[in-house]
Amino acid sequence: MNKEMALSSFASELRDGMTIGVGGWGPRRKPMALIREILKSDVKDLTIVAYGGADVGMLCAAGKVKKVVFAFVSLDFIPLEPFFRAARQNGDVEVMEIDEGMMLLGLRAAAWGSPFIPTRIGLGTDVIRHNPELKVIDSPYDDKEWLAMPALKLDAALIHVDRADRRGVCQIKGPDIYMDDWMARAAAKTYVSCEEIVESDYFADEDEARFVFWERTMTSAVIPVAGGAHPTSCSPLYGFDVPHFKEYNAFAKEGGFAAYFDKYINGRSEEDYQQAVGGLDAIRKLALPVY
Amino acid sequence: MTNAIEYSLAELMICANASAYDNDGEVLVTGIGVLPRIAASLAMLSNNTDIMMTDSEAWLLSEPNPIGPRPADFRQKNETWMGFSRIFDNVWSGKRHLTGGPTQIDRFAQANISALGSDYRQPKVQMLGVRGFPGNSICHANSYLVPQHSTRVFVEGECDVVCTIGFNPERLPKGYSFDEIDVRQVYTNLGVFDFRGPDRQMQIVSLHPGVTVEEVQANTGFPVHVPDTIVETAPPTEAQLEIIRRIDPHNLRSKQLKDNPPGVRA
Repeated sequence: MNKEMALSSFASELRDGMTIGVGGWGPRRKPMALIREILKSDVKDLTIVAYGGADVGMLCAAGKVKKVVFAFVSLDFIPLEPFFRAARQNGDVEVMEIDEGMMLLGLRAAAWGSPFIPTRIGLGTDVIRHNPELKVIDSPYDDKEWLAMPALKLDAALIHVDRADRRGVCQIKGPDIYMDDWMARAAAKTYVSCEEIVESDYFADEDEARFVFWERTMTSAVIPVAGGAHPTSCSPLYGFDVPHFKEYNAFAKEGGFAAYFDKYINGRSEEDYQQAVGGLDAIRKLALPVY
Repeated sequence: MTNAIEYSLAELMICANASAYDNDGEVLVTGIGVLPRIAASLAMLSNNTDIMMTDSEAWLLSEPNPIGPRPADFRQKNETWMGFSRIFDNVWSGKRHLTGGPTQIDRFAQANISALGSDYRQPKVQMLGVRGFPGNSICHANSYLVPQHSTRVFVEGECDVVCTIGFNPERLPKGYSFDEIDVRQVYTNLGVFDFRGPDRQMQIVSLHPGVTVEEVQANTGFPVHVPDTIVETAPPTEAQLEIIRRIDPHNLRSKQLKDNPPGVRA
């Protein structure tokens, strides 16, 4: 089955009101080219589930978001994502704020076809006070109460990977896969952008096949976009773009998101975007972060 | 062990925080932020060599990485992959001790890193979000480091967003006991504190040189228990300072407290 899809065809796959999981973590390996396509589309009223960074900030700022399911939204070296912060402080978005591990459990429950997974996490905190949909249940095995973390079923997951073949075998060589495998498994459809399309023989070598973390049946579409994680990182290929994020952050103080959108995204193709940020060669030279 | 004569307040706080891990055995230690990270590394290189530590990205290290830019030929000492999903496996096992830096701490030892303001739907200041604090607080040991001890941090009421389970009887889940909640110590620019006073009240463990009980109480939004005898926080040793200089070769510790004050007040 050939799952290759053009980037320009992606946004029309989505519908208003969908629940969308976004892979990556903060400023790390986010499917930003896919996010830019959503920003340029008419899609709205989305529920976004993410270990959030600029993906969440941009979607909120562009008015695409009804609700954010999150544990944090951060750009790491800029701890507070400026546009998510503004959206929250203006009361623009609904939220389901949960612990990082609860999000993982919710994705696993969805992946495993279980309505919930019991956990202690969240008990005694405002996580249960502010999320009345989170139920606390008795255990059949002990006298304690447990939080029943509901399945976080995704209509779509968006993930960026290093390389994939046209059948949807996806490889991530970076140091961490974050919860991307669980996002793929929790979703009805998984759209994967990749730095490079490879032939299936590439994975014949077990040292390459070891870096494949979900089966191709979990991948619905493969969208080649070299540099498609920019301005976030795609380690080991490139780091995140610190000057670009600083400029993005500055727009929150002056000009607003509309000015950023008009400068880089509005009416532009991904090629235009990459030219505006210095070109693919410059993206590929961005230094890896030191933690 | 020769005690240092001259040291900064940041170095005193690092050494106090490092002592948190002395009797922890073989657990994952995580110090969030510059001073807690240096403290955790110091502990691993001195009093508790059994500690496990990550590179703050995706690997477990057999030796802590120095903080800040490193030479091009630097090779970190990996011992296993430790991506975020595996961090949660470790958290839920309980074999971890974390030192974090909350924006608010209340009299119930509850902490806040999420948001400020009375209206949760439209917070006055959106901060990080609860991150992993709910899970950390109910699964393993937690300490806190506060660079500026004030009534803005140690708030009079409850935290605006309660991110951790603490010792508020109204929030104790059915079947649980407060003995299961492991809040260890709080390290501030004024002293060392814990929540082992009467009825789990915050109490003074030690005060830094020159700090008075009155100063602590004036800067805390709730009553602090004052034990009969109060010791002075132990000064760093020369050996500790030597390790700290190795872990923090760019002296990032000098930029963490306003004006980098000395450990012994002038």
